[in-house]
Amino acid sequence: MMHSIIFAGFGGQGVMLMGQVLAQAGMSENKYVTWFPSYGPEMRGGTANCTVVVSEEPVASPVVEMPTEVVAMNIPSLLKFEPKVQKNGCLFINISVVDRKPQRSDIRVYEIPANDIAERIGNLKVANMVMLGSFVQVTKCVSIDSLIEAMKYKLSARSSEIIDLNTKAIFEGAKHVGG
Amino acid sequence: MKKVMMKGVEAIGEAAIKAGCRNYFGYPITPQSELTEYMARRLPEVGGSFLQAESEVAAVNMLYGASSVGKRVMTSTSSPGFSLMQEGISYIACAQLPAVFVNVVRGGPGLGDIQPSQGDYFQATKGGGHGDYRLIVLSPSTVQEATELTLLAFDLADKYRNPVLIFADGLLGQMMEPVAFEEKEITYDNSHWALTGSKNRPPRQVTSFNIDPYGLEKMNIELQKKYRQVEANETRYEEFLIEDADILIVAHGTVGRIAKSVVRMAREEGLKIGLFRPITLYPYPYDALSKAAQEKSLVLTVEMSSGQMLEDVKLAVCGKTKIEFYGRMAGVVPTPEEIFTHLKTLIRGQ
Amino acid sequence: MEFTAVYKMPDSLSKKPFTYCPGCHHGIVHRLVAEVIDELGIREKTIIVAPVGCSVFAYEFFNTDGTVAPHGRATAVATGMKRARPDLVVFTYQGDGDLAAIGTAETIHTANRGERVTTIFINNAIYGMTGGQMAPTTLLGMKTTTSPYGRSPEREGYPVHMCEILKELKGVAFLARTKVTTPKDVLTTKKYIKKAFLAQTKDIGYGLVEVLSTCPTNWGMPPIKAMQWLEQNMVVEYPLGVFVDKVGEEK
Repeated sequence: MMHSIIFAGFGGQGVMLMGQVLAQAGMSENKYVTWFPSYGPEMRGGTANCTVVVSEEPVASPVVEMPTEVVAMNIPSLLKFEPKVQKNGCLFINISVVDRKPQRSDIRVYEIPANDIAERIGNLKVANMVMLGSFVQVTKCVSIDSLIEAMKYKLSARSSEIIDLNTKAIFEGAKHVGG
Repeated sequence: MKKVMMKGVEAIGEAAIKAGCRNYFGYPITPQSELTEYMARRLPEVGGSFLQAESEVAAVNMLYGASSVGKRVMTSTSSPGFSLMQEGISYIACAQLPAVFVNVVRGGPGLGDIQPSQGDYFQATKGGGHGDYRLIVLSPSTVQEATELTLLAFDLADKYRNPVLIFADGLLGQMMEPVAFEEKEITYDNSHWALTGSKNRPPRQVTSFNIDPYGLEKMNIELQKKYRQVEANETRYEEFLIEDADILIVAHGTVGRIAKSVVRMAREEGLKIGLFRPITLYPYPYDALSKAAQEKSLVLTVEMSSGQMLEDVKLAVCGKTKIEFYGRMAGVVPTPEEIFTHLKTLIRGQ
Repeated sequence: MEFTAVYKMPDSLSKKPFTYCPGCHHGIVHRLVAEVIDELGIREKTIIVAPVGCSVFAYEFFNTDGTVAPHGRATAVATGMKRARPDLVVFTYQGDGDLAAIGTAETIHTANRGERVTTIFINNAIYGMTGGQMAPTTLLGMKTTTSPYGRSPEREGYPVHMCEILKELKGVAFLARTKVTTPKDVLTTKKYIKKAFLAQTKDIGYGLVEVLSTCPTNWGMPPIKAMQWLEQNMVVEYPLGVFVDKVGEEK
């Protein structure tokens, strides 16, 4: 099984970190992983995105035209990447920010109020980890345990309060989709 | 060995430090500025020296200076910046100075774009600067391989006293992949030729200069001898499922890894496809490719260029097997699917 | 009877005969640099970076380690050496085309960084090695093979004053313009060159000495007349003096 995921949103929403945490978790499970950012003028001021591949086989290219999953944290990301999701793939939408409906009916759509959940548990900034919790719960791309360990590794320089908050965010995100 | 997720360019930087490089000179340019930044951050931690030069022209000459006093040195850049360095590289090659260059190739010509490309192949392998010189050119296809080839690059540079180029592209430079570093003791000693001050010995000169054509020809003959040695000893390549293959794909670097997936896809459909992946672009593995291409019905060369390595493939195959080409240019990365589709069209046409 | 050496060739010269034209000032300046290296006792840790130009062979005339930089890049090469081996003493020897035309960026940035290197800058207002073409420092009205109608500000712009530009840069520790047409000038120039090396060895900053020099061959004058022409024309355009001195007087 190969997951190819595009995480997209505004700069500051932590979409690059979402991808890196997922890739780190995949590596810890001895899967083949790549992470690839959008770079250059494209990322100045507008939307940022990164592509993560998690696979049982060596990854050919970290650049993916048609991802199996897309995580859209804002409206421009939804507009840009919804058409690219593979048929029967998944689209995760942060409906706290995105006030419109997707157009396609041949994909599975998960509407996550990531900002609202994040604010409810204490800090808007962890909306990315809420979303990531939901994403992993649905796709089973990696285990939730690996995801939390990966998040702790990436945030190892931060305080235990911040790590606890991010852990909670992942659990709350997972819970929202039945975890 | 412990694996960590690292960006390609940062992994190259860390590998350089592990290889004993303590002097880096560079100028920011996308898509490799993270390597410049990495060295700015890391070198002071290990007692090294980082300097942001005023241009790539200055950077390559700082490299010349730091190498000539015997130190392991590196610079990194991307296509337009590498063009600016060519004069200095020619000097470094003629003065027989070891130096490691990283070109994270982007779409060209001109200002081009900042997406991955292999369009600098001619410049890298056929001499971008003036005169009869050669760069040793290494083309990694994964972040792990990039670190291994970086360590190798410093060894080869010292062994042959010659500039070595890591030929990467924006894809390899920007992507993160798991990487493990081999810990090894690094010792090197260039004091037998370096400019160290003429204490207790006659003064020494390191130059690329000889006004007497017969003298300069002697220097050239010496260089050529060295290049023949490099060709005999340092040619590297990977063969993947070629024994029973009917069709051979030839691809290097990033395209090499993409082509590997094409081979897997083809094998799943029962098509006997193999991959030949040159790792050294100079010295090019002509003999090995010539042998690998024997008895095949088709050789498909795939590149992120208009067909530059294709010329070397033709030289290797020497008309004995039919050669086709598939390329994307200007920063467009071919997908395994599109290459496979093209391959199937060729097979149907056979 | 005892003999005392009162005058001898400096140890820091290689004893290879100079190949410069009669009346050219390179020979005088080479000797002064060598005397300073001797006096500072740094010959065994000094490296010369020669330029492209008439003094491209300078590295052969000094009894020190040496190299030749690509045209204009001497201070970049010197920077690389110093950054890698701060314990060495590195000086560049450059002409006006090398330092003030093709190498302007390197000159300015090396000075601005305050690199611990020393530059001897020979300004003779012309390209010597390539055969008398216009230099950035060529005087207005001066005829060269590429300004055959005389340099005009409308067509070729004005003579570049490097010391006046460089004196504004905070990395510069010693900066002076001088000449070697009289014995007094020679002594003054030696003093300046010494200070430019001390700026480096005392870890203060970048040192540069500009020496107004003759090029009898390409100026088309006999040596004596060339000296007079230098006094009457070049000194007027390029005022002599010390522009920056953070080294101070020797105790």
